[in-house]
Amino acid sequence: MSVATLTVPTVVHAPGNAEDLTEKISIRDLDFYYGDHRALKSVTVPLYQGKVTAFIGPSGCGKSTLLRILNRMYDLYPNQRATGHVRLDNDDILSTSQDLNLLRAKVGMVFQKPTPFPMTIFENIAFGIRLYERLPRAELEDRVKQALERAALWEEVKDKLGANGLSLSGGQQQRLCIARTVAVRPEVILFDEPCSALDPISTAKIEELIDELKDDYTIAIVTHNMQQAARVSDFTAFMYLGELVEFGETTKIFTTPNDRRTQDYITGRFG
Amino acid sequence: MNSSFASPLYAKRRRRNVITMALSYAATGFGLTWLVVILAVLLWEGFSGLSLAVFTEMTPPPGSAGGLLNPIAGSLVMTVIAVLVGTPLGMLAGTYMAEYGRYDKLTMVVRFINDILLSAPSIVIGLFIYEIMVAQMGHFSGWAGAVSLAVIVVPVVVRTTEDMLILVPDTLREAAASIGLPRSLMIRRIAYRAARAGLVTGVLLAVARISGETAPLLFTALNNQFWSLNLNAPVSSLPVVIFQFALSPYKDWQKLAWTGALIITMAVLALSIVARILAAQRKTS
Repeated sequence: MSVATLTVPTVVHAPGNAEDLTEKISIRDLDFYYGDHRALKSVTVPLYQGKVTAFIGPSGCGKSTLLRILNRMYDLYPNQRATGHVRLDNDDILSTSQDLNLLRAKVGMVFQKPTPFPMTIFENIAFGIRLYERLPRAELEDRVKQALERAALWEEVKDKLGANGLSLSGGQQQRLCIARTVAVRPEVILFDEPCSALDPISTAKIEELIDELKDDYTIAIVTHNMQQAARVSDFTAFMYLGELVEFGETTKIFTTPNDRRTQDYITGRFG
Repeated sequence: MNSSFASPLYAKRRRRNVITMALSYAATGFGLTWLVVILAVLLWEGFSGLSLAVFTEMTPPPGSAGGLLNPIAGSLVMTVIAVLVGTPLGMLAGTYMAEYGRYDKLTMVVRFINDILLSAPSIVIGLFIYEIMVAQMGHFSGWAGAVSLAVIVVPVVVRTTEDMLILVPDTLREAAASIGLPRSLMIRRIAYRAARAGLVTGVLLAVARISGETAPLLFTALNNQFWSLNLNAPVSSLPVVIFQFALSPYKDWQKLAWTGALIITMAVLALSIVARILAAQRKTS
């Protein structure tokens, strides 16, 4: 595994300048409150279709908070509210009439800690598919296989689909979770520090996977690891104290950032 | 080694440690001694009366031979009904508290009341059911006995259900929500499954709790000398028979009381062991 240096990051898939960019999710003037605490301060940032956008910044800067607004995960908890405009295509995500289950089917999420369901590997994947489609057994098995292949896990588990999902290693569990997310056929996938609990080899596999997935999905990833942001993302957003400091192409952010704070952060002077 | 370890301060701390440890051992030994004595007497007295007749014959009149078949059957039937009534109620209430209303004021109120119910003297529960069922119906009945036991089951199951569901990590709930799983499905298919061993343990503990209850049955199911599973009439039960026979002046009744006590103790012991095994499985799986 090659480790990118901070000053000259290896961006495998830097977007070409002539490319047309479509905003899949647009975030405008977004504020977020935990009770009275304002955790996001009028954040405006786009998520482009088919691109990987990385959110970086020191702990507590609001990057995970932002991610959890995009699938309204914060709705599970009391005293949390978001104001502003967040649109998925033309659908208002923050609308009170938003069907949260359908929204979450469209905007999948992979978490920091692997979270397999307490059931077999097969069921972990089939469970989500059955929520939306009634398929004959053979077709269902095929879809499960596709999802596991997509998450680069098929070869490792094809002989033990009946084993408990929790019996897999941490890295395998995380790929199982990615397969589970992919199986539902979302349009956007949110990764919330997906590698922070994994060893370097598993991390490399997940990064490779993210790179492959972006052909079909719009991806947002929160990471503490700046090399990772540089490696996997097309665009990078740097956040600090609840504000979006700078957003731009990853190559630009990591080589010639406009803001002093961005520069200090990526060169390791704080955070 | 640092020389300060030999200082008077350290010596004092060591002395205090030795004293505390000695007191802890003594207290444990004191408690265990009585438990062992009780069990030894129970085994001694109970085993000598144990025979096949105990499980095949009815409670005898004084002076003749007999067994404990009718109280065993009565206890089983009332326990089963109490669990069938109390478990769904308790599970649903516990589910509300841990899942739907975790942050609601109502949950705190319910939890407070449930804790009171959990520690309410069972004789009060017996009197309560006497008032609302026995007095209204005009006679003692197996139904009243089963309901009074159910009232004891409910708070135990509420408590364990809430506790076990709260142990299910929020990340698992979020993961379920993240694929668009409605909350009711998440609870049924994910949370219950993750907490299954704990939930079963709670029910088993409730069974263990009610299988020795005498006071609520005295006021409700009363007792029955004969074979009867008619729940509209008085029904015999092991604790009440033990109570009655143990207080009697007849040697053979007292013998049967010891045997009945042994049967209950062994049944509760077996349940506790099963509950322990299930709880251990929860940790490893």
